[in-house]
Amino acid sequence: MKIIYRDKVYEFSGRTTVRDLIKKVGLSPEAVLALRDGKLITDDVIISGDETVKLISVVSGG
Amino acid sequence: MKCGKCGKPAVINMRQHRLALCQDCFLEWVPVQVQRAIERFGMFQPDERVLVAVSGGKDSLSLWDILLQLGYAAEGMYINLGIRHGGYSDTSQRRVEQFAVQHKAVLHVVDVAESYGLTIPEVARRKRGRSTCGTCGLVKRHIMNAWACEGGYAALATGHNMDDEAAVLFQNALHWATGYLARQAPLLPASHPKLARKVKPLIRLYEREMAAYALIRGIDYVQDECPHARGATTLFYKDLLNQLEERSPGAKQQFYLHFLQAREEGRLLPIEGQEVEMAECTRCGQPTTAPELCAFCRLWDLVPEAED
Repeated sequence: MKIIYRDKVYEFSGRTTVRDLIKKVGLSPEAVLALRDGKLITDDVIISGDETVKLISVVSGG
Repeated sequence: MKCGKCGKPAVINMRQHRLALCQDCFLEWVPVQVQRAIERFGMFQPDERVLVAVSGGKDSLSLWDILLQLGYAAEGMYINLGIRHGGYSDTSQRRVEQFAVQHKAVLHVVDVAESYGLTIPEVARRKRGRSTCGTCGLVKRHIMNAWACEGGYAALATGHNMDDEAAVLFQNALHWATGYLARQAPLLPASHPKLARKVKPLIRLYEREMAAYALIRGIDYVQDECPHARGATTLFYKDLLNQLEERSPGAKQQFYLHFLQAREEGRLLPIEGQEVEMAECTRCGQPTTAPELCAFCRLWDLVPEAED
């Protein structure tokens, strides 16, 4: 499966939850939202095979 | 995960509320939280006009969207700061204008360079010792206050969410900045005839919820960070608070809401005697604690006329 975050693509194999994938990429589950096929999904969803998940940062500030 | 209200697949899980919601239930739930904050803190009444400070980001555009949905007479105000890097300000302005057209809402635009002769980065560059973000904040506060007062709005609403407020609280607590702590509130009353009432209707919502709301509602917001905010301390504090939240769901909410409670009950700082003496700036007439010119007017005075 593929994880896309800020124009970067990360590839993983196997079967795992969105939450684990977010952590594998080195992000906080509190700081991102996950989209599959353009739709928001909760982080307990299991991702496998050739699925693609896009992560969006929710943090802004200054 | 299923929606806690209707059982459909959930799109967001809010661990601090132990509540997961589907798209439709979430879109109903968010405005309810905003309305609760408006009522709880007495921010403004249904028949009053409100000026919403919009930047083009997810929070301010969502706030405007929610207030319009709730039936408030909410007008937008966009300040073009002249940040040319990556076309940041112009892109933001286009998004805000697009939103106003789509929602048939009233939008007011002020261009800092057109009105005062220089962009924010130009002023900051010429004024050593003042950061770009500091200059930007000062200019925005001045212009927004002037507009809100002169336009006769009941309140000036900003899109600060709970993460924003918790990060500021964290920063102020780290420095024990009691003056700032005393003034950090969801509602700042108009303590002077030329000072607008300032309200933060999104304080019950996490930043993550605001991003989800904007995405689901299809609000075309600017996702890029302001080029000057990269590496800002606030972002670091937000990251720390999110690490805490990850280990202990609801930690951010507890930190902020318990502060508000303690503040309201006067357990933190004395409620009386927090007001400071204010005079009117001899040039622009806005209230200031300085003897003659306010910080905004001094800012433009000290900018050398020649290019450096």
